[in-house]
Order: sequence, then structure tokens, then C-alpha cells
Amino acid sequence: MHIFANPARFLKIARPLTPWLGWSGGLLIVAALAVGLFASPADYLQGESVRILYVHVPAAWLGMGGWTGLAIASFMQLVWRHPLAAVAARAIAVPGAAFTAICLITGALWGKPTWGTYWQWDARLTSMLILLFLYIAFIALDDAERERGGEGRITAIFGLVGAVNIPIIHYSVEYWNTLHQGQSISFLRGSSSIDASMLWPLLASALGFTLLFGAVVLMRMRAALARQKVEARLRRM
Amino acid sequence: MSHWGFILAAYAVTGAGTIGLVAASWTAMRRAERQADALRGER
Repeated sequence: MHIFANPARFLKIARPLTPWLGWSGGLLIVAALAVGLFASPADYLQGESVRILYVHVPAAWLGMGGWTGLAIASFMQLVWRHPLAAVAARAIAVPGAAFTAICLITGALWGKPTWGTYWQWDARLTSMLILLFLYIAFIALDDAERERGGEGRITAIFGLVGAVNIPIIHYSVEYWNTLHQGQSISFLRGSSSIDASMLWPLLASALGFTLLFGAVVLMRMRAALARQKVEARLRRM
Repeated sequence: MSHWGFILAAYAVTGAGTIGLVAASWTAMRRAERQADALRGER
């Protein structure tokens, strides 16, 4: 990880990697969602609305995975003072917030035909809404700290502290009596209660969105590094 | 509204959000890198 902390070395890898991640992710999403919409069967309980889960579940994973990445970058910034760590955390924040918002909206659109309501103040939904607020607060705090010319240490501490919400979201369906269904897939145990005809399009969609998320983060990091370069040159002129 | 109305709305929100995010990030990156390249050329 320390090898990639050098901006020049990072850019050498990020430039060719960005289009590869973007195109492979985009194509995988289109293929997975086409199967999810037209080829996979309707669920015996949820009916046709199960097709919403092919976009809702990847968005939820990316919202949570995004903050996990942001917290790791914040930790690296605080401990090793890597020049790229703060750039990475900042680059993750906006796509993380976007996918958390998509998760909440698609979840509401799934909830109405399935539960009969768009929203319920239950543990999973509320903790996910808190995650969106944490993302918005992180972006605002980062903007404010950069305007003051700070190093972003307060933002990094906030990124680390906010990570407390991730296990709360994950275990909310086990610790509290919630309307939200329990875990259907366990990566630790390698088991799933979802039929293979629905599981494969879901996993393909999740992988596609993850690759595209990676491309977006790289684009935002490249933009931030280029802006830093411009600012540094203008100061010297 | 039938189930398909909700499904189409969810896919539209996801599509618009994802495409908007990619387009905004791509445009910002291109603009910033072009500015950096232009300044390097001026030196």
C-alpha cells in the first residue's frame, strides 16, 4: 500500500486503469440488469418487485463499503500521513453519498409494493439514513477545513469516528426487531438463501457497480491531484 | 401503480444517478488535467 502513496506512481497506474474499470463495470451492469429485468424469475413472495433488489443491494453495499474505504484512508492519513490518503477519502465521499441516496430511494420504491409503506423508522433504514447524513457532514467539513487551509486532520478523525455506524448498519437486522429482512448472503460462511437464478445477476450487478465506483474514485482522485498541481504552480508564478 | 411502475422508477433513479456521477467526475477530471497540462506547456 505504501508503494502507491507516491502521487506520480499512483497516476502511472490510475491513468490506464480508469477506462478499464469504467468500461468493464458499465458493460457488466448493463448485462446483469438486463438479466435481472427480463430473464430472472419473479420471487414467490415479493413478486416482480424483487427486480429492484438488483440495483438496491449493490447501492447499499457501496454506501457501506465506501465509508469503510473512507475510514481506512482517514486512518492512513492520520497514522502515516500519506499524501494520497486524504485525496482518496475525499474522492470516495461523493460517490459514497450518491449510492447511499440511491439505496434509500430504491429501498423506498421496493418497500411500498412489498411492505405497503415507503418508509419505516426501523433500525436498518434509520442507520442507513444516518450514513447519508455522515457523508454530507464529511463533505461539508472537508470543504470548510480546506478553505481554512487545514491539513484535513479533523475531517480524517470524523471519517474514523463515523465508521462506528458501519457495524451498526450490518448487525441492525440481528440486534433489533426490524421490518427489514435479515442477511440473505453470508460471505464469511460462503452461503446464500437466494436461488441461483437470482443470485448470479445480483452478484454480477454488485461487481459491475463496484468496478464503476472504483473508476469514479480514480477520476476524482486524478482531478484533485491535477488541481493541486495547478494551485502549486500558480503560487510559484 | 403496478410493481413495474416501482421497478421502472427505481431503475430510472439508479441510471440517472450513476450516469450523472460518472459524467460529472469525468468532466471534472478532464478539465483539471487539461488545466495542469496547459500550465506545464506555459513554463
